[in-house]
Amino acid sequence: MTAFRKFWIILIISAFGAASAAAQTGHENHPREQAGEAAHPAGEAQERPGAAAHPAEGHGPCGHSVSVEPEFNAGDNAVHHIADANALHIVGDVYLHLPCILYAPGHGWTLTTTAAFHAHHHGNGTKSKDGYVLVHGNVMRLKNPALARGEFDVSDYAHQEVDANGKVKTVYNALINGNCEPLDAKTTFDGGIMGGGITSFYDFSITRNVFTMLLTALILFLLFRAAANAATRREHQAPKGLQNFLEPFVIFIRDEVAKPNIGPKYERYLPYLLSAFFFILGLNLIGQIPFFPGSANVTGNISVTIVLAVLTFLISTFSANKHFWEHTLWMPGVPAPLKILILTPIEVLGLFLKPFTLLLRLFANITAGHIVILSFVSLIFIFGDAGKSVGGSAAGAAASIPLTLFMMTLELLVAFLQAFIFTMLSAVYIGTAIEEPHHH
Amino acid sequence: MSYAALGAGLAVIGAGIGIGQIGGKAMDAIARQPEAVGDIRANMILTAALVEGAALVCMVLAFFVRAAG
Repeated sequence: MTAFRKFWIILIISAFGAASAAAQTGHENHPREQAGEAAHPAGEAQERPGAAAHPAEGHGPCGHSVSVEPEFNAGDNAVHHIADANALHIVGDVYLHLPCILYAPGHGWTLTTTAAFHAHHHGNGTKSKDGYVLVHGNVMRLKNPALARGEFDVSDYAHQEVDANGKVKTVYNALINGNCEPLDAKTTFDGGIMGGGITSFYDFSITRNVFTMLLTALILFLLFRAAANAATRREHQAPKGLQNFLEPFVIFIRDEVAKPNIGPKYERYLPYLLSAFFFILGLNLIGQIPFFPGSANVTGNISVTIVLAVLTFLISTFSANKHFWEHTLWMPGVPAPLKILILTPIEVLGLFLKPFTLLLRLFANITAGHIVILSFVSLIFIFGDAGKSVGGSAAGAAASIPLTLFMMTLELLVAFLQAFIFTMLSAVYIGTAIEEPHHH
Repeated sequence: MSYAALGAGLAVIGAGIGIGQIGGKAMDAIARQPEAVGDIRANMILTAALVEGAALVCMVLAFFVRAAG
């Protein structure tokens, strides 16, 4: 028995070691990076041009090439890995090509897949398609109208920091036929919190987050249909197998979350609560997997949590009864000036603050956990001096593996806890909205 | 950026005191009435989540301050 256990411990440690070694070689044998470093001496690669007035001396006309990383930045690396992307990266230069549905006013719809951009390392496309390019796995649009139709070869991408109204912004450029072609940022509906913003085009693509959501929905559908079939077929018998695994969760949500918080009318809201719980739990767990079927950080994307919180807000607001509105807008038994000045404004504010904290809690917990894990993985590259020192990266791996393992375990707890808390608070909000008046 | 980080840190102090109080009082309550552990735990998590909400609002504000430069 102990020999068996030792075997597993050695297997896990060697798997982690191999993974960190693979990450090392992947970083070291990057031909573009080495070519870039040869072109620019190491001392120059570390300076950053601050404003547009000094357009990147010694870095070409477009700024830093995206393939050359002047120094390893753990923060940028973490944000890049938790952000949404159009290309779903599997391993090496292998991508799962996802559909791109793009719309630009005055240009019309563009329907394609990420395969059209011929992505190579780091998710940078080598072709432009109808004025769109793929940079770091994200679709961006060329500003030059002459390139808006047809395909063009893109030799490289570059970015530089420019001073826009006192704010330092990163602008991306594409190198096409030796010319520097500026790019518009990618579109995101989170107002640019995770990079991007609303720009000259709209991106309705099946991104890796949307793909993971569809995959999770499909998995949940298959699991629960099988469990529901088993439950109807084996009525009045003890559950077994898959049904036995899923039924305690359903019973838990019904008996511990819905019944005590919503009251006698709980059955109307049970489908929503169960869907929300299992959807969030499924996405949290699939987001824990660091490679292909997972790797997308869906519940750590604020757009997703906004939609979930808006659903709770709509359900609780539209099912609210007269009693709730009376107590929110015109609390009985309180002097009128107090109501107008303090109580009603606070209650109305609270109406919107409740879903706001609901969306932030899920987003912040999942994002924070992922950033911490990525920071621990970054230790390998920080100690290894971004792929220059093998001994340093081995030391980094030795420090980072236990920390990452610990954090992963903690995140497993958080995955369940956050799904539970979202469902619980949704039930509490619905319960306060439909509560019947007490006569006292 | 450093002010934003300072603000986020101060918010965490408040939330830490709050959640610490909740956890400590819940432990006291469980020690006194072990049979009520289920109810106490559910309410503890709920209250901790509400306190956490205030800290998260501060964290996001700090994030916005940082993003606004």
